[in-house]
Amino acid sequence: MFQKTIAELIIELQNKSISSVELTQAYLNRIQKNDQIYNSFITVTPDLALEQAERADKRLAAGNAEPLTGIPLAQKDIFCTNGVKTSSGSKMLDNFIAPYDATVIDKFNQAGAVMLGKTNMDEFAMGSSNETSFYGPVKNPWNTNTVPGGSSGGSAAAVAAQLAPAATGTDTGGSIRQPAALCNLTGLKPTYGRVSRYGMIAFASSLDQAGPMTKTAEDAAIMLNAMAGFDPKDSTCSNKNVPDYTADLNKNLKGLKIGLPKEFFEKGMDESVAKVIEDAIDTYKKAGAELVEISLPNSGLSVPSYYVVAPAEASSNLSRFDGVRYGYRCENPVDLEDMYKRSRGEGFGEEVKRRIMIGTYALSVGFYDAYYLKAQKVRRLISEDFKKAFEKVDVIMGPTTPTTAFNIGEKSNDPVTMYLSDIYTIAVNLAGLPGMSIPAGFANNMPVGLQLIGNYFEESRLLNVAHQYQQITDWHKQTPAM
Amino acid sequence: MSLHKSDVEKIAHLARLSINEDDIPSYADNLSNILKLVDQLNTVDTSDISPMAHPQDAAQRLREDEVTETDQRDHFLKNAPKTADGLFLVPKVIE
Repeated sequence: MFQKTIAELIIELQNKSISSVELTQAYLNRIQKNDQIYNSFITVTPDLALEQAERADKRLAAGNAEPLTGIPLAQKDIFCTNGVKTSSGSKMLDNFIAPYDATVIDKFNQAGAVMLGKTNMDEFAMGSSNETSFYGPVKNPWNTNTVPGGSSGGSAAAVAAQLAPAATGTDTGGSIRQPAALCNLTGLKPTYGRVSRYGMIAFASSLDQAGPMTKTAEDAAIMLNAMAGFDPKDSTCSNKNVPDYTADLNKNLKGLKIGLPKEFFEKGMDESVAKVIEDAIDTYKKAGAELVEISLPNSGLSVPSYYVVAPAEASSNLSRFDGVRYGYRCENPVDLEDMYKRSRGEGFGEEVKRRIMIGTYALSVGFYDAYYLKAQKVRRLISEDFKKAFEKVDVIMGPTTPTTAFNIGEKSNDPVTMYLSDIYTIAVNLAGLPGMSIPAGFANNMPVGLQLIGNYFEESRLLNVAHQYQQITDWHKQTPAM
Repeated sequence: MSLHKSDVEKIAHLARLSINEDDIPSYADNLSNILKLVDQLNTVDTSDISPMAHPQDAAQRLREDEVTETDQRDHFLKNAPKTADGLFLVPKVIE
């Protein structure tokens, strides 16, 4: 049962071969039994889950179910969930009970989905390994000595270990795609503005975007159908029409133009990873796609640009944590400034403090033009490169990550080395484009992800291109030995 | 760009972060390394390029100036570390 996709579970729920309560209870038991190994959940919500499952069963019986009615899901602990602890992986919010639902959560509730719990993550989504979480690192189910990636590492490990059929993630610089690649999942970061950011604890507001982490592209399409759409509560949310993302899954790939950025293949990639990526692209060629070499000349500057823009926005966003209205407050402050400084100094972890400081510096008097403005100009150059490329091709492909999952502790003392693990994913966020990672094979028995990048609002095409690959390969069906 | 102890102290103050004296050297090292990475931005000429603040260059959407929030004072105060009489309590600000 735990290997089943959302699409398969929908059929079983609707033909009544299983009830949502039975399915939910089975997953809750499995989490209780196995999650001490992976640490993928911060909070499990059994009472709420069973209550939602009972309601879903009534809806299924009454015949007014939606596709996700009764499907158990794991939600990243970055989404506010009314009445449930929402920590964003931080000591700062260890005592925070969200007073309202994020729009994404609200949409899943409307659809009748069941929430199993809240998944572990890098603190405030700042990290690529899940090691910055206040709640401890998450273990990769494929090799528990290695990281699951981050920041949506708990969501990735939970789905890979079959503790949930699917999960949500958020992606500011690769935080859906990189953990999906490292844990053999399908992960989709939609176009900026496709999914509402309301109630999603902000990291870098011009980059943050929520999306699904699933076993298949078909499941990602089903999840995105529920998540996407206009929201008046998010002023940057797009009012573009939401198509049925499952509608184009079966289109064939003949004549599809795939752009291969030469910069992605020149250096930096592990040889074993490069071999898997070449084979995957060859599979597309055999399926009738045309390969076109393209260039993204400024893509090498995406990490430097990102490490100004994202920390600058973070330093501004995280100024709300002041020990006054919610979150951690230090003991016995002597005055207001002492309260601010110690509440923040004690409540935030090292990486978060580093990024706040970089951002504060980049925005400070005398440095703003040299850093922040410069980074935003380079951001435009990076974005223009993609624009030119999409005049010639339908989709861009390359690796999601330069290596497979690295060992826990291997990069945690060297921020810059850690940052470079997102070298292929960050440009997509800077440009605001949709991107996916899909299972493409294995290097030394560890999963490798193929990255697909689409033009603005072309999630349907990405899902089609991913689904067709999953019809002719079975990498996505491989599961870790547990 | 290399940061000194006094730079780290100044930035920490601007960001209202207390940091341990003993940790300052490692902050200085790590932040300097990050700035060294960032300095690669100077390898490209951007003199005619306008800065990009939003991925699709979209303008901020406006709405009618109507009251949309209901009064949820007690509900929101539940998460506050210290309150009194429906207000947030902080250390004394004015003597």
